[in-house]
Amino acid sequence: MLTFGRLSQEQIVFGLAVLLCLGFAVALPGFMTTANILNLVRSVSILGILGVAMGLVVIGRGIDLSLVALMAVSVAWTLNLIASGTSLPQALAIGLAFSLFVGAANGWLVAYVEIPAIFATLAMATLVYGFGQYFLYDLNVVYLPDNARYLLWLGQGNLLGVPVPIVLFAAVCFGGYLFLRYSRSGRYLRAVGDNLAAARTTGVPTRPIIMLQYVLSALIGFVAGIVTAASVASMNTRIAMSTYVYDVILVVVLGGIGLSGGKGGIRNIVVGTLLIGVLLNGMTIMDIQYTIQNVIKGVILLAAIVIDTVVNPRDEQTAQHGDI
Amino acid sequence: MKNVRTLLCASAVALCAGAAVAQDGIDDATRAPYYASLEGKTVAFIPQAMGFDLTEGWAAGMRGALEPLGIKFEIRDPNWSTDAGAQAITSLISEKPDVIVVHNPDVQSYARLLKKAEDAGIHVVQVNMRSSYSSDAFVGVDYVGMGEKVANRLVEVCSPKNGGNGKIAIVQGILTAAASAYQMKGINNVLSQHPEMQVVANQAADWDATKAKNIAATVLQQNPDLCAFAGFWDVMDVGTGAAIKESGKDVYLLTQGGGNEAACAGLANGTYSEVISWDVPGQARDISSMITQLLQLGTQAGTTKTSLFSPLTSLTKDTVKPSSCWSLN
Repeated sequence: MLTFGRLSQEQIVFGLAVLLCLGFAVALPGFMTTANILNLVRSVSILGILGVAMGLVVIGRGIDLSLVALMAVSVAWTLNLIASGTSLPQALAIGLAFSLFVGAANGWLVAYVEIPAIFATLAMATLVYGFGQYFLYDLNVVYLPDNARYLLWLGQGNLLGVPVPIVLFAAVCFGGYLFLRYSRSGRYLRAVGDNLAAARTTGVPTRPIIMLQYVLSALIGFVAGIVTAASVASMNTRIAMSTYVYDVILVVVLGGIGLSGGKGGIRNIVVGTLLIGVLLNGMTIMDIQYTIQNVIKGVILLAAIVIDTVVNPRDEQTAQHGDI
Repeated sequence: MKNVRTLLCASAVALCAGAAVAQDGIDDATRAPYYASLEGKTVAFIPQAMGFDLTEGWAAGMRGALEPLGIKFEIRDPNWSTDAGAQAITSLISEKPDVIVVHNPDVQSYARLLKKAEDAGIHVVQVNMRSSYSSDAFVGVDYVGMGEKVANRLVEVCSPKNGGNGKIAIVQGILTAAASAYQMKGINNVLSQHPEMQVVANQAADWDATKAKNIAATVLQQNPDLCAFAGFWDVMDVGTGAAIKESGKDVYLLTQGGGNEAACAGLANGTYSEVISWDVPGQARDISSMITQLLQLGTQAGTTKTSLFSPLTSLTKDTVKPSSCWSLN
């Protein structure tokens, strides 16, 4: 049933991004320069890295609302440990271990206790945020101590003229791509996301695979957190309670990874991230007022979804139970 | 002779008696009413959220000043939720503490509730960010004045008359907060008289360093010859500073904050060029003084209106001293 000219959501969003790019390139002098394009991608690379984490979970038909909270708390704790005299590698190891442990706890709750992912991770986000605030550090904003200066390179350095956050974003994307495409667990992940019952019947270890999703998301989240902390020399744990995690979901869904699982790949995340990046960059250059920026962002996102619904109407074959 | 001896004896007795009085000391008649008026009173503090330098500093200062006087000090932490803050005020109105100290998230949200609290006989002291309702006391920065001070500094640093090119950019906090809204008024008051100054970007970063960095990076990309940034909070402007450092350009960053040690560290390592500090421990002392005064006067809540604007100190790398900043410990 291939209809001529039918576009996927990914292509529509990519088209929109290219159109916007062309528009800005004509209208805004200085938009289409190498320096600005690098700056544009750098400003959304953390969002993109988090998008890969969220994307992997969503492809496995889960969702991880604790992603941003866990990132903020584990990295804030790491910084606090360094400030209080723990050596850099040790502090990083402790922070990462904490992050992976909470990720595994998320996975266990979803896979074995069978709590819907949206509730398990939502509760975990609040729990982790409160736990961190009470036990791990005192202030909302934890500064990067002087003896962790090396870390700054990850957020502010350049590698062959390309800002390091972009390099890391590319590396995480490439890793995610290899995992989904070539590893056995990666293919199982997609199978579990597409049809859990069928995957289980064919012998896929579904529960460990679901746990793996959340551990991976915690791991990539920690990387994103370190890059965030390095790029602004501090960690603002308030983002745990902000709407940032919805921006991450937006990037994933906008790129065309359906929340019903099993569909899409890393390319979708890159496309979604780029559209957001182009939008934010162009509007800042034009010095559009903040509230109007939100209106424009909302309208463009809605437009992308409407175009997708018109071009790819839902039918019984593609719609799944539990589709949001 | 006998008379002389009697006289001597009498004067000795009198001397001893006088010495005895001096050894007992003189009682200060104002002490008893002072302590009596404060003992057992309750003060409730509603910050925007605990866990950041300003609110932690105020709370520590108030606790240190009030608790030794027998005043019960409690904190209701709404954790950035205006709803939770409004609920806290509502429940406090029925609990009837003697004083509510409130840190307004914006100009409108609590206005009605604060009036209600004063009608119920509770004194209301507002801290740093004003509500549109004027209560018994306001302690904090005069933000219109702050805006004028900021703009005047920018004119000094960047005006073509002083060798600059007049190009400046502004990074605000949350648009509806008193610190942003009043301050823009002050900045515009000054800039309207200086047509040679050009604001190339004026964006809100929601008090978040990452947003501030992304905005600043784009602004710098687009205006490589930018002369200065004015940021509205040092904790957020860590991001603005990082963007300037990355661009490798020499852009003046004028920011402001409570004078926490992080501000001095930022001046020392070159993140900020200048910080205007409103000295949180000083404000905490002002708040405590206002509270003790209100409790001693015993006037009805809402009948007096006092504003105590905090003195502003400008810190640069050259003027910063070890005592310029404070730490929580």
